[in-house]
Amino acid sequence: MKTIIFKTASVYLLPLLLLFSIFILLRGHYLPGGGFVGGLMASIAFVIHSFANGIEKTKNIMSIHPGFLMPVGLLLALASGALPLFFGESFMTGLWMENAVPVIGSVGTALFFDTGVYLVVIGVTLTIIFTISEGL
Amino acid sequence: MLIAVISGFIFALVIPLIMGWLKPKSTIWAAILPLSIFGFFLSKLPLILAGETLKISYQWVPSIGVNLDLYLDGLSYLFVLLISGIGTLVFIYTSAYLKGHHYLDRFYGYLSMFMASMLGLVLSDNIYTLFIFWELTSISSFFLIGFNNDNPDSRKSAITALAVTGIGGLFLMAAMVGLGQITDVYQISALAPLAESIQSNSLYGWVLFFLFIAAFTKSAQFPFHFWLPGAMKAPTPVSTYLHSATMVKAGIYLLARFTPILGNHEWWNSTLIIVGAITMTYAAIHSLFRLDLKGILAYSTISALGILVFLIGLGTEEALLAASVFILVHALYKATLFLVTGIIDHETGTRDIRQLGGLNKVMLPVGIAAMLAAISNAGIPPSFGFVGKDLIYDATLGMGDIAWLLTGLAIFTNVALLFAGFLAGIKPFVGKLPEKFEKLHLPSPAMYIPPLLLGVLGIVFGLAPGLIEGSIIKPTVQAITGATPDFHLKLWHGFNLILLLSAITIGSGTTLYFLLKPSEGLLAKVTRFEKISPQSIITNLANGFVGFSRNWTKFFQNGYLRFYLITILSFLCILLGYRFFTGVELYIDTAKLTEVSFYEAIVIIIMATAIFFTVFSKSRLTAVASLGVVGYSFCMIFLFYSAPDLAMTQFSIDTLTVILFVLVLYNLPRYLVLPDNNDKIRDGLLALVFGALISVLTLEVMNESVTKEISEYYAKNAYILGKGKNVVNVILVDFRGFDTIVEITVLTIAAIGVFGLLKLHLKSTEKE
Repeated sequence: MKTIIFKTASVYLLPLLLLFSIFILLRGHYLPGGGFVGGLMASIAFVIHSFANGIEKTKNIMSIHPGFLMPVGLLLALASGALPLFFGESFMTGLWMENAVPVIGSVGTALFFDTGVYLVVIGVTLTIIFTISEGL
Repeated sequence: MLIAVISGFIFALVIPLIMGWLKPKSTIWAAILPLSIFGFFLSKLPLILAGETLKISYQWVPSIGVNLDLYLDGLSYLFVLLISGIGTLVFIYTSAYLKGHHYLDRFYGYLSMFMASMLGLVLSDNIYTLFIFWELTSISSFFLIGFNNDNPDSRKSAITALAVTGIGGLFLMAAMVGLGQITDVYQISALAPLAESIQSNSLYGWVLFFLFIAAFTKSAQFPFHFWLPGAMKAPTPVSTYLHSATMVKAGIYLLARFTPILGNHEWWNSTLIIVGAITMTYAAIHSLFRLDLKGILAYSTISALGILVFLIGLGTEEALLAASVFILVHALYKATLFLVTGIIDHETGTRDIRQLGGLNKVMLPVGIAAMLAAISNAGIPPSFGFVGKDLIYDATLGMGDIAWLLTGLAIFTNVALLFAGFLAGIKPFVGKLPEKFEKLHLPSPAMYIPPLLLGVLGIVFGLAPGLIEGSIIKPTVQAITGATPDFHLKLWHGFNLILLLSAITIGSGTTLYFLLKPSEGLLAKVTRFEKISPQSIITNLANGFVGFSRNWTKFFQNGYLRFYLITILSFLCILLGYRFFTGVELYIDTAKLTEVSFYEAIVIIIMATAIFFTVFSKSRLTAVASLGVVGYSFCMIFLFYSAPDLAMTQFSIDTLTVILFVLVLYNLPRYLVLPDNNDKIRDGLLALVFGALISVLTLEVMNESVTKEISEYYAKNAYILGKGKNVVNVILVDFRGFDTIVEITVLTIAAIGVFGLLKLHLKSTEKE
């Protein structure tokens, strides 16, 4: 599938799709979207790139093995769940900043939790797909 | 007190590091731990003497009654002294016995872990912590028995022991849960006043049954006794510590501890008397014909444990007194004999009773220790064993109608025990010294001082029973019976019936010792009966179970995805079909159905076409692509019914699924073996039936009145509590965030699984 059009398009599609996936992630709390869908979209972005340019190139762009995103995401989700413990609240109570941040909107532990989900989903999907396409 | 229990676990973690860094020449210092625990508990003596108890409670999971409650009374006091005292000696002994062993650090680790669990077991006052420590002793003993892990026999024995005691542990859990159900009280010390209400409850029988299985497996009672002789594969310090002095007595402890709560009931007494009597005579007969020193000791230990169960079953105050004394007597002399056997094995390299003799000439102190133990074992005055045996006869004689039957059994067992004790304690040391042993010399003091000390104690306590009467025995009996006991331990009771019985026991035992010479022939005669022994029956049962599981697995887990699907779907079909045709009134409420819109009709047509292509296409890629079309059509339907979240997710998932399928299929062999017509018809039928059932189900669901409480709650509170307007997402990250954490963890595990399977597989093929 290494046609020139596809190759060229994929180079521009990757950042666009990634941005879109982050957009989906951030809007999730108010409008359709969220970490899970966002993560899937980001993985699709990388998969398209790897189809056009080969897995090696995609891996070079990512510079780390996607598998490492899994523990990072898990830790982030856990940490955002554990954060309220330090404020005397029970595990996974939502904490929110008082003032909204421009562009992103109001920021709270739920957002970090969702980001964790986002990272785990990317890690899982890409690990599975890359492993299978390399291994067979 | 908590520190005394926990220090063993900490020590177990630390000692491999210490030994790794310092590489000490001698490891005798390790005994400081049990010694200081022993000292700590000795310092509590005034408390026990005053008849008081010590109670400490730490909250753990108070909502379900799991607390770390420690409770020190007379009964646990006897056990903690045994555990830490004999523990100290075993630690010292090990430093010489396993000197320079490669894994000595591990051994000490397991040993102290075991000691800590055992301490926790006898000190815990909460039924759940009791269970936890009980299991910990099983696990740590598994490591100790299998310490020589390059020996297949040793591994097998370790697994047998773990299986038997582990099953017992599960039964203990069941018994404890039963008790909790009846009383809703989780503190053992608070259960005794409730004894009557427990015993009149209909669950009492079950609790009793479960508790008995737990105690019998741990304390090697018939028919679960067979793991104990097998466990003799362990290094001798382990046999000494676990299989004579402490762990096997955990079952006895359990029975004694629950005597005031569950005891004094007809079922309790008769079961224990019968099982105890069978065990003690059965093992006594077995011990007569063994050739291996450790085998002799193993069977005589089982026999002694049988006596203890039997005495607890008698349940009278005399019997419980006899049991308390006998626990101590037995621990003292049996530990000595085991330690001596270890020395013999270590120095001569054999434990065959026929080859040993005359060792007194080369290792006199060891011989003295053994002889003292044999005397106490035989119950010859003035040993402590004599006091113990008198009490046993006293207890059996007081049993009314069946007194003579019970006394007869007790005498028979004691004769055999005496014989076994002489065989292990005297035979190797007297007579002619074989030439090959002439160059032997005395082992290091660290090895012979511990047995000597225990042997001497066995005589000292006999000469002066007052030493332990008030401090140990009386509080123990008081803890078991709940009443303040009135008795006086004496060596000499004057000329009476009991003395006569003792004399008969000693006389016939000694005669037996001179008459019966151990030989291969006799052993062979006994082993002929092994076929019907509980061990082989249980082994066969276990093998049968394994075979059954194998066939079961082969049938259901055959590795073909299509068969899995067939199994799952047909099962669902049967289940759903059964429900529909028996319990549910089928009808379609047309009023609730909405009109089919134009877009919907189009999407349905697309789907039908795609399904047609999926089923009838000859190329895999076409089939997969068509499946993708079906998936996208679903997204459209989700959109029509205003579920954009679902549509988005479904869309991404479908894309990735198609990619995955293509990746996998692309690498499959090119040719396609099409299923024959029979298969097609079968699969088609199944698919039709399943599809029809699901359609009916979907239509039926609409007829059910739905409670919308939960969804309304979420909709109402999403913004108030979760500060989000997207209810689905708020549920995911806030209301049910805990589920999400588990889900992403599962995803991660799945990914690691795929990665591991494929990558590791690659490496092994690369090697070839």
